[in-house]
Amino acid sequence: MTDTVSNTPATAAPAAEAPLAEHNYQLLSVRQLMWRKFLANRLAVLSALVLILLYLATIFAGFVAPYGPQNGKSRLSYAPPTPIQFCDDAGCSLRPFVHPVKAERSPVTFLLEFVADEEVREYIYFFERGDSYKVLGLVTSDLHLFGLRSDDARIALLGHDQRGRDLFSRIVYGGQVSLTVGLIGVLIMVMLGAVIGALSGYYGGWFDNFVQRFIETLRVFPEIPLWMALSAAIPPLWPPEWVYAGIVVVLAFLGWTGLAREVRGLTLSLKKRDFVMAAEASGASTGWIMRKHLIPNMLSHIIVTATLAVPVTILGESALSFLGIGVRPPMISWGLLLSDAFKVQVIALYPWMLFPAAFIFITVLAFNFLGDGLRDMVDPFS
Amino acid sequence: MFKNPVINRILSALFTLWLISVISFIVIQLPPGDVVSNFVRQQELISGASVPPETLEFLRQRFGFGEPVYVQYLKWIAGFPKGDFGFSVIYDGAEVADIVARRIGMTLLLAILALFLSWGLAIPLGIYAATHKNRFSDYLMSNVALFGLSIPDFLMAVVYLFIAIFVMGSDYTGGLFSEAYVDAAWSVERFWDFLKHLAVPLLILSIGGMAGTFRIMRANLLDVLGQQFVETARAKGLRERVVIYKHAARIAINPLISRLGMQLPVLLNGTIIISIVLDLPTLGPPFYRALIAQDMYLAGTVLMLLAVILLIGNLIADLLLAWSDPRVRDG
Repeated sequence: MTDTVSNTPATAAPAAEAPLAEHNYQLLSVRQLMWRKFLANRLAVLSALVLILLYLATIFAGFVAPYGPQNGKSRLSYAPPTPIQFCDDAGCSLRPFVHPVKAERSPVTFLLEFVADEEVREYIYFFERGDSYKVLGLVTSDLHLFGLRSDDARIALLGHDQRGRDLFSRIVYGGQVSLTVGLIGVLIMVMLGAVIGALSGYYGGWFDNFVQRFIETLRVFPEIPLWMALSAAIPPLWPPEWVYAGIVVVLAFLGWTGLAREVRGLTLSLKKRDFVMAAEASGASTGWIMRKHLIPNMLSHIIVTATLAVPVTILGESALSFLGIGVRPPMISWGLLLSDAFKVQVIALYPWMLFPAAFIFITVLAFNFLGDGLRDMVDPFS
Repeated sequence: MFKNPVINRILSALFTLWLISVISFIVIQLPPGDVVSNFVRQQELISGASVPPETLEFLRQRFGFGEPVYVQYLKWIAGFPKGDFGFSVIYDGAEVADIVARRIGMTLLLAILALFLSWGLAIPLGIYAATHKNRFSDYLMSNVALFGLSIPDFLMAVVYLFIAIFVMGSDYTGGLFSEAYVDAAWSVERFWDFLKHLAVPLLILSIGGMAGTFRIMRANLLDVLGQQFVETARAKGLRERVVIYKHAARIAINPLISRLGMQLPVLLNGTIIISIVLDLPTLGPPFYRALIAQDMYLAGTVLMLLAVILLIGNLIADLLLAWSDPRVRDG
């Protein structure tokens, strides 16, 4: 159907195309309809782009971040952000620069204060050499997207933390935990939920009954307290990678129930349909029916539910790490970075410590918008 | 299983109750080491005094340490009818039941008030958005709601503290009372102070709950407004207000009631998290401290209690739905 009708009327004679163009919409394939529907939702498209950017920055964290995550200078403890400038009192330059911060004793309070050193211009160079890092644990490099050439001055787009480490770099590295927890957790959830839900809907009987009771019970527990209880049980002496895996499992352990329910309901309605009955009658095995008939038909619903489950998982990890029972240092996650900020004096004096919150917020918002867009897309005829 | 749906419902609720207690017990058993040795260590750390051996022996007997896991479980639940849920390590061996009883009221009060507030705001807004579909105000409200969904409660609490410190310059540090009123007797001033402190966590909680309710109310009403009985009502010449409020909105609210069971956990979650951040006298802070100190009987009991509250909430939601929707009641 798709190859008979062209989407670009310009290729054919305009006069002959005109009456056809009106009906063009109905002649599109389902896939094309879905794609159009998705593109029509501007927010969803924008969110998808934002997420792609964030994940790219995460994969190439070492390249995007100007410094290593643990590289700090104690004299820059809680030093404020250094804004990127093109102009100052001495005139303008095409190459952006920053004024490095220096500590000065305040004439009024005699306390050490950070002020921008207006005398000094530190130019920002792109593709600079700096701290070495590994890309995906494979390639070692020391190339950075941007950096300063001076050894002494430092660029900090979002300020410094208590140990004088660049908060921007730490946020970029923190994404490696915060952003992947959601994806990996949801992947486990989808596998568990789809398989258990499909089996329980397809077989019914006592198995279905038991699974449904179990799911009901798990859902009766409030999520966050149960997450807290389970992740608090992760032994404190485990290496960070294990703790990370433990957190993912804990988050996925509760999340699969919603998906299993949805898949079960879909299976129940699908298995009464003619094409499934026909497959059964012609002797197809259960595994075949699942793989070839049930799962493909439910895939779009599963993708939507999974997309909307990602932000929930990300928020779960942030809340756990924020409370100090999630991932532990030296690992970095946005929730953990935020827990540094959560002391009254810190928020009042060093408000830039709240920047990780903005990243959590943007990510979660983008996933929610994307899920919304996908949901519209799955049902292209509405 | 049984013909009578009521008996069936009660039986399945009992089964769920049992599963809840099993899962809570598993949570209690998860951390390494047993609670009594933890208690001994804690006591020696705090007071330097060791626990008398008779007490230790009694506790070991009571909770069956050293015996098989299922015996420990049976011994634990055997105490339930007497109101004995175990003892707390961080509260100097106090009864878990006492600690929980003192704080459960405030927990429920916060969650339920937040529920009412979020519904009271979300339903009218949802009706407004649905009746002004695709206008600017609808677009604005729908997207703001999505924003609201994306802000986690703990972040809201942090941001609130930030605003409180910056804008108001207040000396607010958390809790539900100003310093002067913490131990004072109830009076008009203390109550006013209490209300002022309550407003913040309440608002934070309701905003989270509101976004979801608003979106569902809007979608439901849009569905209902497209149905034939609405056309009929209009054709009869009823005023638009009557059509919307008496005919359409009445039906559109029903799914919200069945969602009550799903909303309560969200609000309880929020209450626990916010209480930890803002240090409110609910079950949140003791639960958190208990988890950190591996005071497992306290943590496990709080967890179990929260689950039971939600189970009851679900039952009430089912009953309410049957009461409000004759199709469910008779069908």
